[in-house]
Amino acid sequence: MSGSDPTRRLLLGGALTGAAGASLAGCDKLAASPAVNERLGAAEGLNFHVQRLLLGRNALAREYPPSAIAPDFRANGTTNPDSEDYQQHVADGFKAWRLEIGGLVERPLSLSLDELRQAPARSQITRHDCVEGWSSIAKWKGARLGPLLDRAGVKPQAKYVAFFCADTLELTLDGTGDYYETIDLADAHHPQTLLAYEMNDQPLPVAHGAPIRLRLERQLGYKMAKYVMRIELIDSFAKLGQGKGGYWEDRGYQWYAGI
Amino acid sequence: MTEVRERTAKGVTAIYRHPLLVRATHWVNALCLLVLLLSGLQILNAHPAFYWGEVSHFDRPFAAIEATTAANGDLHGQLMVAGAKLDTTGVLGASKSGGDQLQARAFPSWITLPGYLDLGAGRRWHFAFAWALVINGLVYLGFALGSGRTQAMLKPTREELRGLGAAVLDHLRLRFAHGEDARNYNILQKLAYLAVIFGLLPLMLLTGLVMSPAMYARLPILGELFGGRQSARTIHFLAASGLVSFVFVHVAMVIAAGPVNEMRSILTGWFVIRREKP
Repeated sequence: MSGSDPTRRLLLGGALTGAAGASLAGCDKLAASPAVNERLGAAEGLNFHVQRLLLGRNALAREYPPSAIAPDFRANGTTNPDSEDYQQHVADGFKAWRLEIGGLVERPLSLSLDELRQAPARSQITRHDCVEGWSSIAKWKGARLGPLLDRAGVKPQAKYVAFFCADTLELTLDGTGDYYETIDLADAHHPQTLLAYEMNDQPLPVAHGAPIRLRLERQLGYKMAKYVMRIELIDSFAKLGQGKGGYWEDRGYQWYAGI
Repeated sequence: MTEVRERTAKGVTAIYRHPLLVRATHWVNALCLLVLLLSGLQILNAHPAFYWGEVSHFDRPFAAIEATTAANGDLHGQLMVAGAKLDTTGVLGASKSGGDQLQARAFPSWITLPGYLDLGAGRRWHFAFAWALVINGLVYLGFALGSGRTQAMLKPTREELRGLGAAVLDHLRLRFAHGEDARNYNILQKLAYLAVIFGLLPLMLLTGLVMSPAMYARLPILGELFGGRQSARTIHFLAASGLVSFVFVHVAMVIAAGPVNEMRSILTGWFVIRREKP
């Protein structure tokens, strides 16, 4: 135990500094490795199962008084889809627009915006949390997704609801740049899960996803698809896009966004 | 707590200060905190602004890191806190981050994980190591509280608290206890360790949970306790800054008090308290 030997101390210091430098340089290599990312992704499953267990299916997201509505709600992602079809819908006030609900259902539906407004609805003032870190509060009104799915008759083999949108975030030849999202049936039947057609008592603005956007209040904003055109009940999302369950999921975001 | 083991050989007396479980959890904790810090800054880069309350008042953040372009086209980085602005070009707001030219980037690449911008990857590292931190922390706490170690080593006595002022002065003069006096932690060590273990780390966990929209739905009272989601996010960052400050002081004290003896004790458990003069 000749602890105070200065050369040994220097050597130790040098070794530690060297190790720190080497590990910093190696960090990005490590971070980009698919095997490492898969290992880390295991925590995502843990988040999902633990939170489902703690929350149950129906715990409600907090709702706020009208005074809490934010005047500066930010519009993220696409704020005006440039496809010809969509622009035509905007021009005629979505009169010809129809929402298709198909896939693994007994009775496929095709609903106009007026018909959607006749469906069982809910209003809620909730907080929107963006994956980037910011939050905002708005009032949403829309058709509850659960009763609509009941009307269409979900087949027993269906596990997920897929939302196909009018916005393309990345131009690709195979369409994998089109926005889409998937949620499971438990979340689809949550009382606060809406196809929102009103924001702050006004028709949903184009910047926020006109004519309808999904509200999924216990998860982050990127799950809440805007410009929803078609809904499909599916048993797996492996064949959609790049197979991860959503536009942003295909680009590295977590499918479960409750955290 | 059982008596601390002590042995004397060749005139050197050492005590067995840290059992294996404490040493192992210390280093797992250190690794987790490092990864959580670097991945946390990666996440923060997606929206480097802080607010008080439930929502983001975009036009009046409490603090923000910004990139601005001067009239001549030069990129500048600045840190704004409560209205006061500081030019931080090269580090915060605008940094070279591996390239030749300045780029708009809140925290530079050398302090984020991954080094390149990737929010999804940052979140994956952050949540995986958050689980590791919590499990490791629970193992440590179960042992430390169960064995009576916390009570025996960290509980300040009334006498020590009365001598707090003198202890601060001694530390500022870099006068440290040696020999028999170093057998026990001094009052500043006790308070610092208590503040980290029972203050900052639980605060990190709780404010982290408030940021989860699902957990907020389960425990809205926790959100209210911290004054809303954006307040919780701000406190999360402040507490992280507190932990970083602790680590700096902790390492500085290790170096000042005798790095070899200190490192030996946290690697092998044995801490030398006395050497007989030959």
